[in-house]
Amino acid sequence: MLLGLDFPPISHLTEWDGFAFDGTPFEFNKVTLIYVVAVGLTLWFFGAAGRRGSLVPHGVQNMAEASVDFIKDSVILQTIGPDGMRYLPFLTSMFFFIFFINIFEIVPFIQFPGNARMAVPLMLALIVWVLYIVLGIKHQGPFGYLKNSLIPPGVPWPLLFLVVPIEFVSTFLVRPFSLAIRLFANMLAGHLILSTFAILCAALFSKTLLIVILPFSFGLLIALTAFEILVAGLQAFIFTILTGVYVGSSLHPEH
Amino acid sequence: MIDLVTLAAQEAGELQAGLTAIGRGIVYGGAAIGPGIGIGLVVGNAITAMARQPESAGVVRTTMFLGIAFTEALALFGFVLSFIISG
Repeated sequence: MLLGLDFPPISHLTEWDGFAFDGTPFEFNKVTLIYVVAVGLTLWFFGAAGRRGSLVPHGVQNMAEASVDFIKDSVILQTIGPDGMRYLPFLTSMFFFIFFINIFEIVPFIQFPGNARMAVPLMLALIVWVLYIVLGIKHQGPFGYLKNSLIPPGVPWPLLFLVVPIEFVSTFLVRPFSLAIRLFANMLAGHLILSTFAILCAALFSKTLLIVILPFSFGLLIALTAFEILVAGLQAFIFTILTGVYVGSSLHPEH
Repeated sequence: MIDLVTLAAQEAGELQAGLTAIGRGIVYGGAAIGPGIGIGLVVGNAITAMARQPESAGVVRTTMFLGIAFTEALALFGFVLSFIISG
């Protein structure tokens, strides 16, 4: 029935030809453009919000103040505590940078989440990795940090031979890896689902009897697009809150 | 009678491609079982907690997203691994 439907290989959905400096390490393509635009949007958003600083906020300033309050209440106070307020600029700008990159997934004619390539998730995860290790060493000392993060309190000593390697792998290796993979794979999966349904809709749009299925397929495409808006915001939030949890665990060890 | 070994030797490329496709399906399907159960447990217990103490819904919701994120990572490892597997 639909055997003629040719689904493109995944490289056709995620790789783009460069349109400047082709063949050099500075090649500029659609993904790079999305990153640059996302940086610009983040700068513009907070620049425009902070320009006047009126007492009764409205417009962009209102949105920015609400979002800063959101990061403060639901990320920092929940995971780090009141002394984590100095990480507010870092977490807020990271949230909006990731969110703006993700939201290009549903912007018409662009329709590609920049985080479906590994570059930005990997670099952000490495920044967070270095940040929480440095903070842990700074606040607890190198040996104190190793002891607090490798030896959970209240474990009988024979079990330590088992627990210490597991804790080492999960704290220092799996954490940054899963942080990057989580963002990358969620956005790639969303992009694949949307493109699958778009290709299916295009194939069903024919003069055969198959056109009766088209409204259902198209309706699901619309619903999934709305779902991807939710995913774009949720993944940015989860990346930010996990950064908060890791920083919090470096500042306040469990006793 | 079709001799399977002869068939496999003749159609080596096709067999490999087919087995790779099956392997990808098994990798992702297997990786999705555990996280599926886990996310169900996390969300179900979060709903129970919110129904019992609606005033603590905010804290429970944040913790629920954290639990989902940690559990979901395993399924996503499988998703990425299924693309890495190649014939």
